[in-house]
Amino acid sequence: MGYQPHSLHIQGEALAPAIELIGITKRFPGVLANDNVNLTVEEGEIHAVCGENGAGKSTLMKILYGMQPADEGTMNLFSERRTFQSPNEAIEAGIGMVHQHFMLANQLTVLENVILGAEPTQRGGLIDFDSASEHLEEVGKAYGLTVDPFDLVESLSVGERQRVEIIKVLFRGAKILIFDEPTAVLVPQEVEELFRNMRELKANGATIIFIDHKLEEVLEIADTITVLRQGKTVATVKPSDVSATDLAELMVGSELPKPQITDTKISEAIGIQLDNVTVLDEDERPIVDAVSLEVRQGEILGIAGVEGNGQHELVGAILGTQKISTGSIFMTGDDISNTSVRSRRENGLGYIPQDRQEEGLLLTAPLWENAALGHQTVKPFSGGWNQWFIDREGSRSQTERIRSEFDVRTPNVEVSAHALSGGNQQKLIVGREMVSEPSVLVASHPTRGIDVGAQASVWEQIRQARSQGLATLLISADLDELIGLSDRIVVMFRGRIVAQLDPSEITPRSLGAYMTGATTDEGSA
Amino acid sequence: MKNETIRRIMLALAAPFAAVVFATIASSIFLLIAGSNPFTAYGDMFEYGSRLEIQVDILNRATPLYISGVAAAIGFRMNLFNIGVEGQYRLAAIVAAYVGASVSLPGVLHVGLILIVAMLVGGAYSGVAGVLKVTRGVNEVISTIMLNAIAISGLIAWLVREWQAGGSVDATATNLGVGTEPIDESGLIPNINSWLELFTREIGKGKELTGVFLVAVAVGILYHILINRTRFGFDLRATGINPFAARVGGVSDKKMVLGAMVLSGVVAGLVGMAEIAKLGRFNPNFVGGLGFAGIAVALLGRNHPGGIAIGALLFAFLDTASGVLQVTGSASREIVFIMQGIILLAAVIAYEVVQRFRIREEARLASALLEGDAQ
Repeated sequence: MGYQPHSLHIQGEALAPAIELIGITKRFPGVLANDNVNLTVEEGEIHAVCGENGAGKSTLMKILYGMQPADEGTMNLFSERRTFQSPNEAIEAGIGMVHQHFMLANQLTVLENVILGAEPTQRGGLIDFDSASEHLEEVGKAYGLTVDPFDLVESLSVGERQRVEIIKVLFRGAKILIFDEPTAVLVPQEVEELFRNMRELKANGATIIFIDHKLEEVLEIADTITVLRQGKTVATVKPSDVSATDLAELMVGSELPKPQITDTKISEAIGIQLDNVTVLDEDERPIVDAVSLEVRQGEILGIAGVEGNGQHELVGAILGTQKISTGSIFMTGDDISNTSVRSRRENGLGYIPQDRQEEGLLLTAPLWENAALGHQTVKPFSGGWNQWFIDREGSRSQTERIRSEFDVRTPNVEVSAHALSGGNQQKLIVGREMVSEPSVLVASHPTRGIDVGAQASVWEQIRQARSQGLATLLISADLDELIGLSDRIVVMFRGRIVAQLDPSEITPRSLGAYMTGATTDEGSA
Repeated sequence: MKNETIRRIMLALAAPFAAVVFATIASSIFLLIAGSNPFTAYGDMFEYGSRLEIQVDILNRATPLYISGVAAAIGFRMNLFNIGVEGQYRLAAIVAAYVGASVSLPGVLHVGLILIVAMLVGGAYSGVAGVLKVTRGVNEVISTIMLNAIAISGLIAWLVREWQAGGSVDATATNLGVGTEPIDESGLIPNINSWLELFTREIGKGKELTGVFLVAVAVGILYHILINRTRFGFDLRATGINPFAARVGGVSDKKMVLGAMVLSGVVAGLVGMAEIAKLGRFNPNFVGGLGFAGIAVALLGRNHPGGIAIGALLFAFLDTASGVLQVTGSASREIVFIMQGIILLAAVIAYEVVQRFRIREEARLASALLEGDAQ
């Protein structure tokens, strides 16, 4: 892995940019994901591409990385016109992608993961582990990244796994690295470590494209910032020339919405109450460990925590998809510990799933059937004179209502759900839960991956429902959302509730400490 | 919107049409290799198939194929593979024949009893696979294959001896004496020649159009209503499309697995009824293979009530019209098995191609409308 420093270039000389994207256009079902986008990335810089979710960043990167073809536009790599049919071609040209979701095999060692798909072989087709580990060490040294090549990936922390992903890309000779929202999965301390690594990479000549929508991070790390909004290039700026508010304005096009609690009318009545609830995993280990909490009508309880600390199973327990081994759950006073999902939902439990495509939608079914899902047993989707049949007309008009009240952009309610953009899919899901007027709402990452306009409207809907007495359990990785919406916040760590916090007094940093288990404050909510 | 509807229908027909054309061409190549003239062979088959008496045979063959196809489709609609239709319909047929022969009732009641027994036995037997899946997580493909073996070479082989008319088989008797006791005339579903003759000339050569044809039509209509109109059908389809979303939407996956499996078996129980009505009893030569053919028909018909009908008619035509090839000697009759196989394979591929085209169309339409909206 011979790396040549580029310090020989004379300052001020017009160098060929590492990447030039000119007039890139990409259409998807019902959306123009990229609309004549231009992006110029100079060699050896950290270039942030930012924009709200759905602004077209990921699409642009997928085009650059050969995962999707552009409909229009050209791409130059060091002034040479290129098109990539597949990521393999991009890798060969020296472009590497550090994915947001790690693509690692947990049961393999770091070394095995790094060489996976690019195994150096010796005679007889055997894998040449010696030269591979040598090469790995060289790469690690050259870029200042350290991780033990013989550790199992499953034993590594999230930050370390990300480092493995970076090394994997460098191992294949990448000079241009694309980081797709790398901080999304990290706690604040790990973000700092990542930024140190990125600066090290840059000092060693790598070119970095950094995709993010967190303004402080972008301003801290980037040399140049390109802002996308609704698929278009809005501006390319230097961080020294702009403030966070300027950037936010560029991204949003107006004032940045901040979730704020306007009134506090929490009633005495309890919406949902968990009493010492434990959920066991397949190995009979507690994945939700003796959790007790209560949410009153008109209250939003936020649950913070690094993903995988039992939040998903806790949601499952409340919803009824996850069997609880001990404890009991009460909804508006009734013991629902052993009732079916359907009866819980009929009795007013609304649910916004964390993954709309996996748990929320029937992608190949029309919108009106999607709007009925979860409410198919109650009016107006069925019921009335013949409760065994779906009321097709009622379902369609209810879907029309959701469409107009929740601003779901669609040509009609007959198109399949997969024809809608992510934000519109989410608005449909939020709409169908809200129009059913639930008494308890479990919202799991309700604004993940949607544009800022949709996010603001979802927040507004939750806030409105709250003032009408909805008890909301909010699970979110977006700390702004969590702090801004919640009346109280509890932190989950390894299946337990380790802290209860007042949103007005915590900072992202202090919350991060609880979330990683750095500080513990055994409390109960 | 009318153009849209026509377009949609054309698109739906494009795949099976392309598959049949492709299969015809491919089969012609096989025929040429075998030294036969494909035009003569196809010509013979079409000429033969155009005769009214042969068309009755085709409908008689298509009737159980259709019911079997619907039985398989109910499972497919929620990604359940009921391979067990074969065992379910045969077991249902022998028990229904036995029960039917041991009672004497007035016509409608007698026929009704036989049909109900057949449906109950089919449903109960497929229910075994459903219970195994729900309680023990046994894959239904494995369990229904096993249950087929148990039913066909175990239970039925035993029951045929146990329920042999007159207690034991007379070794000197002809084949006619082997099998369960004959069912009284009142229990046999009459032919519906007179219905068909309303539209055609008189049916000759002693051919009879099975009255079970009407049962098949009813099964098709009920299947359509159940799947597309009822809550149960909605839950079933939702589970098939996205089991996780269905689950958080309040659909109990266990109940649906059991329900779909039992329902598939209930319909499977009716597959053998045309044969029972024809023979008046169950005997060791009872028609086999309809369960497996039903899977192919359901695949060809895309689990759609109308599509399954077209698939059943096509397969029945090939099965029946191939008989003439032996007579005329224009080709080997086995060519139809090759054709059926190729049609199925080509249909699966063609559906996929058309499906992709349709998704692109829809996307284009959606974005075009949205852009129009914005202006």
